[in-house]
Amino acid sequence: MHSGHASSAFPRDDRAGGRAALTHHTPSGTRDVLPDEMRELRAITDAVRHTFEARGYGEIYTPALEYEHVLARGEAHAADPAYRLFDEQGDVLVLRSDMTIPIARVVANRYENAPTPLRFCYVAHAYRSVRPKRGEAREMLQAGIELVGAPAPIGTAEAITVLCETLAAAGLESFRIGLGDAALFPALLQALGVDEVGTSAVLEKLAQRDFVGLSHVLTALSIPAEDAERVQGVAQRRGGPEVLAPGDGVLAEAARGLRDVHELLDRDVAERVIFDLGLTQRLGYYTGAVFEVYDAALGAPIGSGGRYDDLLGRFGRSLPAVGWALNVERLHLAAAAEKERRAWA
Amino acid sequence: MGLKGLTFAVPRGAMLTDVLDLLDSIGTDTSEVRANDRKLLFADVGIVTMRPSDVPTYVEAGAADLGITGKDVLAEQSERDVYELADLGFGACTMVFATVAGEDPAAEALRRFGVMRIATKYPKIATRHFAATGRQTEIVEVKGSVELAPLTGLVEGIVDLTATGTTLRENGLVVREEILGSTARLIANPVAHKLKAAAIDDVMERVREC
Repeated sequence: MHSGHASSAFPRDDRAGGRAALTHHTPSGTRDVLPDEMRELRAITDAVRHTFEARGYGEIYTPALEYEHVLARGEAHAADPAYRLFDEQGDVLVLRSDMTIPIARVVANRYENAPTPLRFCYVAHAYRSVRPKRGEAREMLQAGIELVGAPAPIGTAEAITVLCETLAAAGLESFRIGLGDAALFPALLQALGVDEVGTSAVLEKLAQRDFVGLSHVLTALSIPAEDAERVQGVAQRRGGPEVLAPGDGVLAEAARGLRDVHELLDRDVAERVIFDLGLTQRLGYYTGAVFEVYDAALGAPIGSGGRYDDLLGRFGRSLPAVGWALNVERLHLAAAAEKERRAWA
Repeated sequence: MGLKGLTFAVPRGAMLTDVLDLLDSIGTDTSEVRANDRKLLFADVGIVTMRPSDVPTYVEAGAADLGITGKDVLAEQSERDVYELADLGFGACTMVFATVAGEDPAAEALRRFGVMRIATKYPKIATRHFAATGRQTEIVEVKGSVELAPLTGLVEGIVDLTATGTTLRENGLVVREEILGSTARLIANPVAHKLKAAAIDDVMERVREC
């Protein structure tokens, strides 16, 4: 005889004690964090906060919800967020997609006349419409800083130094910082007389990391073949200081900017830097140096940042600024993967 | 570990011989892979073998540093975060929209019912193509022989990959539109591309010389 419950050929809705009755999902790309993981995450965020505090960065809180038109003032893509809702007045609200734009708003509203530089940090959630996968949630915990009123190269060097201290405090040993210049390609193409349509096609291929597509786009532009080849070569130049080898015009200028930052770094920080002339960031507000954080133990970047010297002006107080954000979940995965590697070695 | 400490994701299937020939000519010993079509992992030479459509998955996650797969696979999985480094030239084929020969039944369905049913293994490429050309479609995802679908009345047309067109012809189908030309591509994990730059550039250099 069969008792005929879980293995019944006839699906029943009233299976007492069946798992189906108890499973209530969280929205796609979000999850619950239980105490074992929370303790490990807390250890990382405590260490990170300690570093921020020691460097004079004050923690800031801003609401997860913002008016859509306020975020759109900062960056067009920020107004295309994952979650959008209405309040009782009919105003459109969005869940913030990063902390940089909200902090730019705070600086213009609350620090109108404050002396600079201003140093802010945060450990807060941001929301993006990503394809959920390991270390990439739609609700993601970010830890980062914004250094406002400190121009290049000195501000950039400070941001990179604090970044390296933060990664070390979180327990990472084999991290590296990719350093590029968001202004390089637009300037390079402008110098070659490429129009706006051509430039955005090139930048799109760079952002997609598609060098085959890039070569097709460059060939289709009305520029000499050797110039197209040179641009393609620049996109793939990455490595040590030899990457900044003599060039002319725009390239020399970008190289000088990156070298100026590099010279201000202490040796242990400078050794972490990989120059990457093809590095671009997907957010449109970056104006100069951009960086990305890698760890050999993890297949995806742990964080990113850069200079955004125009953003604050859009909110009413024009100041140069630089900042970065780390994905805390990836930081946790990388620290665990490194530890495992060391145990094997 | 294999060539310069890099791990390669290699696609089993139609492209395998071309891929192994390429790896041989850039200095990897692939004889064990050729001799063994059941084994999947060849750690000594840094090769892992898999279905072509799994290559971006392994490379994106960093389980392999480099991989080789068709542009058709990359176009279908366009959300994957990988570097597309080089067009390797072999494995040429075309993504096409095909229907049964004679009067186009898909065009008739569109005219009379406002929508055409399309069977495919590439729902994203098909959806993008018909959306970009302003036609309403109902995409029917199938796993096996796509050519069967229009012959049984399941759909009016198909979107599928063809190299020579023989299978299409044998089933009485004709190409109505070419959607995408595809060849084998060399792809890289975004972190490996930075941290193993010298090794990857060396592979690129050797590939270019082939």
